[in-house]
Amino acid sequence: MNIFVAFISSAIPLGVPLLYGSTGEIVTEKSGHLNLGIPGIMYVGAISGVIGAFLYEMSCGNAKENMVPALAILIPLLCAIAGSVLMGLIYSFLTVTLRANQNVTGLALTTFGIGIGNFFGGSLVKLVDSDMPNIILTKTSNFFCAQLPFADDCGWFGQIFLSHDFLTYASIVIALVVSFVLNRTRVGLNLRAVGENPATADAAGINVTRYKYLATCIGSAIAGLGGLQYVMAYANGVWSNNAFGDRGWMAIALVIFALWKPTMAILGSFLFGALCNVYNYIHHFFYLGHDANRELFNLLPYVVTILVLIITSMRKKREHQPPQSLGLSYFREER
Amino acid sequence: MEKRVAIELKNITKTFGPKVIANKNVCLTANHGEILSILGENGSGKTTLMNMISGIYFPDEGQIFIGGEEVTIASPKDAFTYKIGMIHQHFKLVDVFSATENIVLGLEEKGKYDLKEAEKKVDEICHKYGFEIDPKKKVYTMSVSEKQTVEIIKVLYRGADILILDEPTAVLTPQETQKLFAILRRMRDDGKCIIIITHKLHEVLSLSDRVSVLRKGEYVGTVITAETNESQLTEMMVGKKIDLNIERSEPKNPVDRLEVQHVSCVDRQGATVLDDISFTARAGEILGIAGIAGSGQRELLEAIAGLQYLTQGDIYYHNPKTGQTDDLRNKTPLQIRELGVRLSFVPEDRLGMGLVGNMDIVDNMMLRSYRRGKSAFLERKKPKDLAQEIIESLEVVTPGADTPVRRLSGGNVQKVLVGREISSSPTVLMAAYPVRGLDINSSYLIYNLLNQQKEKGVAVIFVGEDLDVLLELCDRILVIGSGRITGLVDARTTTKEEIGLLMTKTVETAPEGGSDNG
Repeated sequence: MNIFVAFISSAIPLGVPLLYGSTGEIVTEKSGHLNLGIPGIMYVGAISGVIGAFLYEMSCGNAKENMVPALAILIPLLCAIAGSVLMGLIYSFLTVTLRANQNVTGLALTTFGIGIGNFFGGSLVKLVDSDMPNIILTKTSNFFCAQLPFADDCGWFGQIFLSHDFLTYASIVIALVVSFVLNRTRVGLNLRAVGENPATADAAGINVTRYKYLATCIGSAIAGLGGLQYVMAYANGVWSNNAFGDRGWMAIALVIFALWKPTMAILGSFLFGALCNVYNYIHHFFYLGHDANRELFNLLPYVVTILVLIITSMRKKREHQPPQSLGLSYFREER
Repeated sequence: MEKRVAIELKNITKTFGPKVIANKNVCLTANHGEILSILGENGSGKTTLMNMISGIYFPDEGQIFIGGEEVTIASPKDAFTYKIGMIHQHFKLVDVFSATENIVLGLEEKGKYDLKEAEKKVDEICHKYGFEIDPKKKVYTMSVSEKQTVEIIKVLYRGADILILDEPTAVLTPQETQKLFAILRRMRDDGKCIIIITHKLHEVLSLSDRVSVLRKGEYVGTVITAETNESQLTEMMVGKKIDLNIERSEPKNPVDRLEVQHVSCVDRQGATVLDDISFTARAGEILGIAGIAGSGQRELLEAIAGLQYLTQGDIYYHNPKTGQTDDLRNKTPLQIRELGVRLSFVPEDRLGMGLVGNMDIVDNMMLRSYRRGKSAFLERKKPKDLAQEIIESLEVVTPGADTPVRRLSGGNVQKVLVGREISSSPTVLMAAYPVRGLDINSSYLIYNLLNQQKEKGVAVIFVGEDLDVLLELCDRILVIGSGRITGLVDARTTTKEEIGLLMTKTVETAPEGGSDNG
């Protein structure tokens, strides 16, 4: 029982960056833009938060007593948002205003984002002159990881549902809010129309360019928070280059799994979080023989991703299709 | 009776790039309580002009007056403020939205976003003017005429006083057209100003109060419908007197060329697109195919050309050279082509199938002949001669044979496509919508080409949109509705109404259900 509770409880933080990433990507894709720059944007979100936290810790003389909790959280948070929105702006300027190819732009942005992250990450490591190739921001991380005071008193329920950092709960709230906005408000209706058929939206008096810019930038901001949550909460404030891995790509695959519905993304992210976590726990549940056999379970999330893509490509219902103009540039006076 | 002026245009000019002049010094007046037709050939700038009134384009020069005051219409939103509503030829609807969602799209009403309230309002409008539509129905499940209804309700919902309809009857059956006209007349009597863009003369004459004619972007004049006739309008539209008759010869000793037997097909979603189709195409005659757009015409032609998988049925081809009969079902598209079965399909975007836009005319000719040479290098001489020949004989307007096809105007692209297919002396020629978007002269050129092929003994299959043309050009007309054959009529004796009824007829399945007490 205990090990099972620990399995679920540790699977949840693994799913959170995926949820942020896929919610952000859903918002963007609903405007008709396939942003393959999400992995880079999440990476930039993470490093921006790290830079903010690093500078704030330095300015407080590296002493926890001097740090104001609100600032310790707000500064990295705003830095992460600013960094990822900047990336979103680059993407939307290229694809909306200049009508560049979305796939190429997105891939370039991912490469660029990871380059930026590694550059600043490497530079900070040199600055602190550490032996290890890490930047350790435990003090800031402690503020981020603060959990509900009564979580420990609630047994397994507390461990599974109450013991997480605030960004975890925020990710679910954001996904629900996005779902509500998309389906129940005029803004959502307009946004979906822009992604389905921009010419129609335009003729209906909707400012297509504004919607595309806003959706891309807000989507990027949400995705960037995923990077921040990864560093500050999941990795306990330890940044090392390339540790973020391919979570960004899995988030993009999850959008397809979720059929472009944020509520489904919640389900999918935690399912994938659990799949990633199987590797860490499988030897507690089953006898695997040689320890190397366990390595196979590292494959699990990726195998499932491929299966998901195959299965979802066979779906037939019209409502489950991607936005109709996904990946296409819009130019009003095109003849 | 004194008419109230709704909208007035003065000296409107619009150019695209340095060379294309879409509208030049156009002046127009439309009144409340009347139906004004804007008549002109394709490419005469009708749609561009209306797009400027509805805020999609912005005029380079000129003024627009609404209710006597000069206004600037910079965006579709401005157009709504001046109570202008446009119903586009290609519907601007979001497929996965319901009727009501499409109708309220982009509105900035005060208060809560309430679909139920909106649905009620839609029902009221339907009741007032006699529309029939389910506000909750998703657009992708709708028929073309239902989609059009949604478009019209959309502008009425916004309180439009000036309605512009761009080629509203292009996709309707004759019966649906009559229904639409009745609704338009009701709106006119309600005091609305209705502008209808069209190139169909008989509709102009039966519906409108006044007609304004455009030719090559320029305003020709306005006449009162009651005081004009078909030939005067044609002359205004084309600029010269032309003969609008197609010479139809009697088929000479027709023999069966292509037998389609019980053919069925499904689309990617598994839905049936062709259901038990059987007919025979004869050499030396033109077989017309009529039907509402998307009833399976495309799939039928593709099935014959070997581009569709047949779930059932056979297609027999009687080879005139060998006298043998082949089953096309077992052949690849390439083998079918080599037997002399040619498909020239003109899709809505014109370049989708058959031609490569970025390649020049010569290269596009080579798409059909590249297999002939034996050497490893391309032989460009013959295709070049062919391209030159087509340019001369079909009067293709192009700077030269090495111009990318994409840069040619729609009519010229179609001439290149049809010319290439004819040049290989086919035995079966399938032409789908070959005159789509062409001016009157080019259309008649294509009709004559098809007639020449027929006289040469080719089995011609012609999928058309305009029933009047089908009636004049074809020998027999096959009518299909939702993938099934609903009738086969003699084009010389049938009427438009009969075909219209067949187009919408649903085929009864075997009468086992006992529903014979009608």
